[in-house]
Parts: sequence; C-alpha cells; structure tokens
Amino acid sequence: MSTHGGVIAPPSSKQRFKDVSFRLALLFCLGISIVLLGVLIYDVAADGLSHLNWHFISNFSSIDAGKAGAKSAIWGTIWLMGVCTAFIVPVGVATAIYLEEYADNTRWWNRLIETNIQNLASVPSVVYGILGLAFLVRGPLSLGPVVLAGGLTLGLLVLPVVIIASREAIRAVPPSIREGSLALGATQWQTIRRQVLPASIPGIATGVILALSRAIGETAPLIVVGAATVAAFNPDGLGSRFTALPIQIFNWISRASNDINDYRPLAAAAILILLIMLLLMNSVAIWLRNRYEQKW
Amino acid sequence: MEAAGVSAAGERAAPRLGAARRRYGEDVIKGLLILATLISLLTTTGIVIALLRETIDFFGTIGIWEFLSGKKWTPLFNPGSFGVRPLVVGTFLTTAIALCVAAPLGLGAAVFLSEYARPRVRKTLKPILETLAGVPTIVFGYFALTFFTPTVLQDLLHLKVSIFNALAAGIIMGFMILPTIASVAQDAMSAVPQSLREGAYGLGASKFHVSMRVVFPAALSGIVAAVVLGVSRAVGETMIVLVAAGSSASNTLDPRGAHLSLASFIGSTAGGDTPTGSIEYKTIFAVGMLLFVITLLMNLVAIRFVRKYRQVYE
Repeated sequence: MSTHGGVIAPPSSKQRFKDVSFRLALLFCLGISIVLLGVLIYDVAADGLSHLNWHFISNFSSIDAGKAGAKSAIWGTIWLMGVCTAFIVPVGVATAIYLEEYADNTRWWNRLIETNIQNLASVPSVVYGILGLAFLVRGPLSLGPVVLAGGLTLGLLVLPVVIIASREAIRAVPPSIREGSLALGATQWQTIRRQVLPASIPGIATGVILALSRAIGETAPLIVVGAATVAAFNPDGLGSRFTALPIQIFNWISRASNDINDYRPLAAAAILILLIMLLLMNSVAIWLRNRYEQKW
Repeated sequence: MEAAGVSAAGERAAPRLGAARRRYGEDVIKGLLILATLISLLTTTGIVIALLRETIDFFGTIGIWEFLSGKKWTPLFNPGSFGVRPLVVGTFLTTAIALCVAAPLGLGAAVFLSEYARPRVRKTLKPILETLAGVPTIVFGYFALTFFTPTVLQDLLHLKVSIFNALAAGIIMGFMILPTIASVAQDAMSAVPQSLREGAYGLGASKFHVSMRVVFPAALSGIVAAVVLGVSRAVGETMIVLVAAGSSASNTLDPRGAHLSLASFIGSTAGGDTPTGSIEYKTIFAVGMLLFVITLLMNLVAIRFVRKYRQVYE
C-alpha cells in the first residue's frame, strides 16, 4: 500500500464525512416512506379497531353510525373479485401465450400489441370507469350499474398486469423443455399445455393475485360506473346492483358527521377489512412464489 | 409438406419432420388465443371511441376555445361555465407538490437500494416499499384528510390550511408515487454494468462519486422514465385529490385551499345517475379525453426512455 500512497490518496476526513452524511440522507429517503406507512397503519387501526367486530361484518349499512355494518360492501367486493378473476385468468393467460409462443416479434402488429399493453397499464383508472360507463353500463351492452359491469371494468383495468406477469412466467421456461417435447412428436399446443403451462403456473398465479390486489382497492372506476353508495342488500347475481368496500369507505368519509353520528371510525374499520384482505392475498402470492419457484 | 419427404430419385429420402396431416385443432386454438389478444387492442379502441364520440358532441355545444381558455369551471350551474383552466391548475398544482416529495425521496431510495444496501437489507426493505405502493388510494385519501391535514399540517406545523387542501393531497400523493419512481429508477441503476463502477473505483473515486457521477448519469434515461411514470400516475390519480382536496374548483396556485383536478372532477361528477346525453354527462368525457391525452403522451415518452437504457446495456 505504501508504495502506491502517492497515487491514490486516502480519503480525507472531509470526504469521509461527506460520504457518511450522503449515506444517511439516502437512508432517510427510504426510512421516511417506511415511517409514513407505519403511521398510516397505526392511525387507521387507532380509529377503526373499536368498530371492527362481528356486528360490523354481519350487518348492512345504516344512517345510525352505531348500527352500521359493511356486509353488503364485503359481499359486493367478493362478487366483483369473482367476476374479475373469471375474466382476467383466461384472457390474460391466452394473450400471454399468444405473445410468447406464437407471435413473431418482427411483425409490426405484434409490436403494436405490446406497446398497446404497456400503454394500457398506465391509463388512469378513472378513464377505465368512463369506458365501462360508455360501453358496459350504457351504450351497446346497456347492462346497467351491476356486478358484471363493475367486475369487467376492473378486469379490463388490471388485465395488463396479468398479461405482463404471465409473459414473464412463460418466458422463464427454458426453450430446451419445448424442444424436447416437440422432438418427441408433440404438437405446439400439446407442448404448451403439458410442459410450458404447468411450469409457469406459480408465476401466473402470483400475477393474478397481484392484479386482484390492485383491483380490490380501486374506487374511482366503480364510482364512475355507478356503484350504489348505500345498499342494504347483498348482490344475488351478475345482474344485481352492488356496492363495494372502497365505495362504502368513500361514502363514510364524505358523509358529514354530527354529534350523534361519527362515520369516520366506520370508514377506518372498513379500511382495516380491506387491508386485511390485501395482506392475505399478498401473503398467498409470496408463499406461492417461494414454494413453487423453479430453478432450471 | 410433401416435398420434404419425397426428393429427387436416387437420393436417400430425408426423414419427414413435418406433421403427417394438418391439425385443425391447433389452428382453432391459435385463433382463440388471437381473439383474446385482440381484447387489449379493443380496450384502447373502446376508450378512444367512447371519449371521442361524446367529446365531439360536447364541442358542438361548447366552443373548444372556451373549454381550453376559460377561467371558470361551473358545469353543474345553469347556465354553466366550461373553462377547464381551474381543473388543469388543480392537476398541475397537486402533481407538482407530489413530484417535489417523490422525486428526491424516490431517487434517494433508489440510489440507496441499488448502490449502498447489502443484498439482505435490500431484500427486506424493498417489499416494505412495495407495500406502500399496494395501499389503495382511498386509504391514502382517508389518511390525508383525517390525519395529515389536521394533525401534521394544522397542529404540528401551524399552517393556515383549510380542511380540504391541495398541499396534503399533493404530499400524500407524493408518497403514493414514490415506490414507482424508486423501483423503476433502481432497475435502471442496477442495469448499469459493474465494469463502469469498477473502472471508477480503480481511478480512486469514492462511493459517493461512483453513485452520483458514474451510475446516476449512466442510468439517466431510466431515471427520467421513472419520474415521468410517477408524474403520469399522479396526474391520473382521482381518490386522494377528491377526498383530501375537496370538490370545488379553484383557479389559484394557493395550495392551502381546496382544488379540483381533471381526474377528481370526473370522480365527483360521474355517478350512476347522470342522464345520458346531458351536458354534465358530456363534460365527463371531454375532461376524460384531456386527461387521457396528457397521460398517453407521458407514457409514450416514458416507454421511449425505458427502451433507450435497455438498448444500451443489454
């Protein structure tokens, strides 16, 4: 070291101070967001925990804050997620298979489809609400503000997430697996169905869950589509009107409170239910990823 | 198909590798897959048609110049004023505040995760950051309205803000887009080849210099893409602005008062009961069109920048 001492000087104390404070500043950037997340969860829990009980889950909403529950909102959300899943899984996976296994990337129309999907992923959610309003609720399909229209609107919104995740999962299956299968005489579809898809299911499932966890918290598109703000009934089919947790939360936040009725804690309790659902979904996604992650 | 097996006389026949017969099932499946793929194209077409149809109708009643340059937005009054300027001001203001929070903090977090954090630290911290990205925006709205404005802005900082204000909406929206910026920027920085860093260390640079003068400039196009993506998410965000900044439009740049943005106007006006064909119904589409065009342009810019850094290093 001593022979090179003249070439590279050891860092001066001033420089070392600069390095340390820079590192601390960077750590602050990350730390403050984590602190904010902690404060947010603490604040919601402090406001809402007292209302979070069986009565809240098993009763309909009410003008009387003491009696109100989130039953219709919870069931509405479950119905929406069901419709959304039934739509995004076949369509999303089929699109991913086409783009990865069949599409010729040098053709302009296939590149157009790819750019289009990237773009769709960042169209504001409220614009999807407008699409749902114009085509599903009114206009050509005229379904009205029902479960099917709401679920499909959310499905279109998160479809790019599923497509992008499924493509990555399919791409991760090494070509040698396909070649082996084809060499044994399997057709292209047989290869996809028996080799490629089974190997990529964990990745696809993770993508679907992530998509659903985005859909479950979306409020704006449902407002535009016209979800009911107050509903004292559970949906009983695809053609039934509905409310959903985020809509119910928004309703409770914006309803003016008075001395007798304070709706804010109800909103907080409903947020807690939403967050618990999200946590469960994300845990399943992480578990899937770790359990079935395959190294080739 | 046949030509592969039957070759010129005298030569040994090459083994037949093609299918013995055409498999129509395979074609049907391919057709179905293409149909599914077309749904995403139809979505875009549907959005454009839905917006365009009503927007053209809208401009039949309200002049396009009145819409773009007017300074008063009271579409629900009779007679109403249809100047979109206050909504653009509200959008710009909340987005600018969000960017002031998210750009420095997000990029700082990205540098930390990419250059400073050990793999184990990164593996713990990144999922927490992603959790922040997964919080529904209505929850951020609740937090801004019931905690951030009264407790932090009014009590702690003694700011004279009204209960609905653009400042709280902007700051909390900043934290919403922060993980997006951090994550995309970190990917760009991690894609910078190790040899560039080693070269700089070999010349005696400190970690600070390597991070800020080598990695940061080398990943610049990805960093720009990250920021543009974050901005585009902020521009399109509805619920935080609607809940925290209220539902009355304002043409001032004062962040202490209520503001309405393009997206939050749509959220506040569009309910199920707006009659089709009414002027309120059409304003939703006209404002939606403006929002769509703005975010589309930003996304195209971001995609272009992302492609650029991928081309250089992969």
